[in-house]
Amino acid sequence: MKDQRFLPFQVPLIAAIALIVLLPLAPVASAWITSFNYIGLFALVALGLVLLIGSANMLSFGQAAFVGLGAYTTALATTLAGLSPWIGLVLGWLVTGIAAYLVGLVTRRLSGHYLAIATMAVGMAIYFAFANLEILGKNDGLNALPHLSIFGFSFEKSERMYYVIWGAVALAALGVRNLLSSRVGRAMRSLALGDTMPEAHGIDTARLKVLTFVLAALLASTSGWLYAHLQRAVSPIPFGLTHGTEYVFMTVLGGAMSVWGAILGAGLFVLLDDVLRNLLPRLIGGDAHYELVALGVMLIIILQRARDGLWPFLARQITEYRLAEAPAQAPALPVRPKPAHGEQVLDVRGLQKRFGGLVAVNDVSFDIKAGEIVALIGPNGAGKSTTFDLITSVQSLSAGDVSFRGASITNLPSRTVFSRGIGRTFQHANLLPNMSVLENVALGAHLRGDPHMIGNVLASASRLNRQEEDKLLHEAARQLERVGLKDNLYMAAGNLALGQQRLAEIARALSGDPILLLLDEPAAGLRYFEKTALSSLLRQLRSEGMSILLVEHDMEFLMELADRVIVMDFGSLIASGTPEQVQSDPAVRRAYLGD
Amino acid sequence: MNPTVALLLAQDGIATGAIYALLAMALVLVFAVTKIPFIPIGEFVVYTALTLVVIQANQVPRTVWLLIAAGCIAFITDIVAFVRERDRAASGGIAPLWLSAAQNLLLPAVIAAIVTMLSQQPRIMPVDMLMAVLIVVPLAPIIYRLAYQPLVSANPLVLFMVSIAVHFVMVGLGLNLFGPDGDRAEPYADWQLELSGQIVRGQVVMVLVAAVVLMVILYLFFARTVPGKALRAVAVNRIGAQLVGIGTATSGKLAITLACLIAALCGLLISPGVTLNYLSGELIGLKGFVAAVLGGFVSYPLAVAGAFVVGLLESYTSFWASALKEVIVFSMIIPILLLRTFASRSDMGEH
Repeated sequence: MKDQRFLPFQVPLIAAIALIVLLPLAPVASAWITSFNYIGLFALVALGLVLLIGSANMLSFGQAAFVGLGAYTTALATTLAGLSPWIGLVLGWLVTGIAAYLVGLVTRRLSGHYLAIATMAVGMAIYFAFANLEILGKNDGLNALPHLSIFGFSFEKSERMYYVIWGAVALAALGVRNLLSSRVGRAMRSLALGDTMPEAHGIDTARLKVLTFVLAALLASTSGWLYAHLQRAVSPIPFGLTHGTEYVFMTVLGGAMSVWGAILGAGLFVLLDDVLRNLLPRLIGGDAHYELVALGVMLIIILQRARDGLWPFLARQITEYRLAEAPAQAPALPVRPKPAHGEQVLDVRGLQKRFGGLVAVNDVSFDIKAGEIVALIGPNGAGKSTTFDLITSVQSLSAGDVSFRGASITNLPSRTVFSRGIGRTFQHANLLPNMSVLENVALGAHLRGDPHMIGNVLASASRLNRQEEDKLLHEAARQLERVGLKDNLYMAAGNLALGQQRLAEIARALSGDPILLLLDEPAAGLRYFEKTALSSLLRQLRSEGMSILLVEHDMEFLMELADRVIVMDFGSLIASGTPEQVQSDPAVRRAYLGD
Repeated sequence: MNPTVALLLAQDGIATGAIYALLAMALVLVFAVTKIPFIPIGEFVVYTALTLVVIQANQVPRTVWLLIAAGCIAFITDIVAFVRERDRAASGGIAPLWLSAAQNLLLPAVIAAIVTMLSQQPRIMPVDMLMAVLIVVPLAPIIYRLAYQPLVSANPLVLFMVSIAVHFVMVGLGLNLFGPDGDRAEPYADWQLELSGQIVRGQVVMVLVAAVVLMVILYLFFARTVPGKALRAVAVNRIGAQLVGIGTATSGKLAITLACLIAALCGLLISPGVTLNYLSGELIGLKGFVAAVLGGFVSYPLAVAGAFVVGLLESYTSFWASALKEVIVFSMIIPILLLRTFASRSDMGEH
């Protein structure tokens, strides 16, 4: 989501909205109304694809089939069963939701390709069902659908449907925008980096993917319902793979990263399609479908040259991301009770990781007590980061046992490990570059919000979750201030210096209210005074009872900070003790300096 | 259903399954090497089959002009890239341009000349088939150059979108090249065998024999030849392969060309048996995909198994519920994906 206040493009934007509102009042040809009705219908579907393509890095070519499910369900319900169109809408949501849930369910743990392929295949199956089922009228479809009406007010005329359609678009755009700038939306956007980082912050990525996919399908279904009652007839053609691809095309054309991009894309598409269908055959001659070729070529060029679509060109001046803002004051989030000083927090026994014949971590055992800073050092390739991954279940361990506060956490999902109170940073900073620093950090507080996903989606879309959002964002801002980034809250995380990105990751981990903090090279890329500040922050955390395990190459930084040092070499633990003991250990000297 | 019908349907199912198996293997090959889900594979089947039909009618197929035009565009793209290149010496100076000219201008011209010359001469069927393959397969490296090469390091989902765009470009062009009507080629095997009372059509025998021979050849190619081993190396570790001098673009072109060669042969094999039109490639290619999913795009044997399941299912449903044939075959993706999920718990998090 890109947004900012007082942007230069706000004037044309307001003009565009005014145009949309006033169009039916002006004496324009009815063809205009028809075109704008289609733009609205397409925009609804494209908004769903903003959730999928632009946020969660998911891809669907089956949206047209979901539009079809919405349209055919209401057609059946109203013509065959004589039900009200409004019941048709709900039934359409139900049918589409179930279909999308099923597809999401079988692809949720697989890589992104499988969802894309599944939507193509399932889209085909649905399309052929429309075209071949007797009850659905085969290729002729169903007709004589009733028009919409509410309390006796009829929407029979297409100028009136126009307002229903654009009302739906406005609601959906607002809802999507609100959702994406809230807790669940941030989690959806974090899926763009893959599953590892979100899972390590307590996010159930599999569930979230299903949810995102279902939401996008429901928007498509709504569009289908509107389409069916606008046309008063349905037939299979608009619900095939070609149209499924057109929805992807318009979303990518306009810019999948923002709701405005989706609406812009739908508008441009209708315009383009019109031009291509009328103009190209006249220019080239013949009656063939050149528009298919032209659309394909354009899609390829956009993907090669301007992958984020056209909207970012219009809104280029963005330097700040203020979609979510931290309030000056907010009630504090509940904090988990800290263990007593000196109590054993982490106990690692016989940790082992094999990659085929290679033993990356071999029989490593150590423990960490509450309020203790332990440094894990060793030459490159010693297995330090792998040890981190094993403790946090980012990788599964081959043998051994990890317990945290007396309970085994061996091979639990990494989101569960996080929820027990182990926060971490990554060796390679893992922030969403197009999201504000504040929102990136708020991701760490994901589990401190309302765990009910569906209720949360509704609350987020309608902004009823303002209080919770305030608490989470305030907490994120507080942690950012602690790590010294209070002036960078609304900067795109990608614009932070590398050292600052590491600090932001620490703030993100702290937002989760951890008991044990695993830091992978936190001081790398920091300047001298930044290192001093980090050092005093870590001391302060220790004095608050937090335990810290850190991997670091800056010995000066480490030796005056750490209570205890553990040394690894070639996957094995070769020494441990106080900094002084380790520094004089012959095995350690050998590992670092050679014989 | 009596046993005779059941066996006939099985025959059909195995023959179509063999075609899907070849396509699924081609898809696995392309995906392993390039991470491209090569959706337009079905169009190569159809282009070859319909080009063969035109050749058999003693005409010059319009695919020849497509090849020449696409070659010119690819060459111009190479020139533009050359002009923009800052460090020309490091990328081989002007030599790659000569190579591009040979590949994109000379080769299509030569093929066009041969096809035009031979189109009025009396020919035997294998010559026709060879000509069809020669016209269609060189399109593959050109498509790679134009659509995919600029995107080698892109997000996998971008490659997916490009693939479907290429698919629609080829479908749209197919309509212009071959017209809206379907057609089938002359039969190459109108004999039949009798195996213990059961009649086996020559067409089915030929498809199976060709499929097995092709699989053996592919196996030998990957196991014994240097380019085959290079492709395997890229599939295992792209960066590593690059470090030992196997270029991404070269291996990508090779993989796609090979896949399209397989698809073209599939086109020849099915052209007498099924009526194909410009749209048919979509369904054929997608079924290859459904089969490849079972193997998780890594396992050739599982992809082949999946293909036979799809083929047999299609054959039997066309008897029991012909109207819902495609619905049932494509719905198969759900149980297949479910199996895939169970088979690849370790797949998680790999994007």
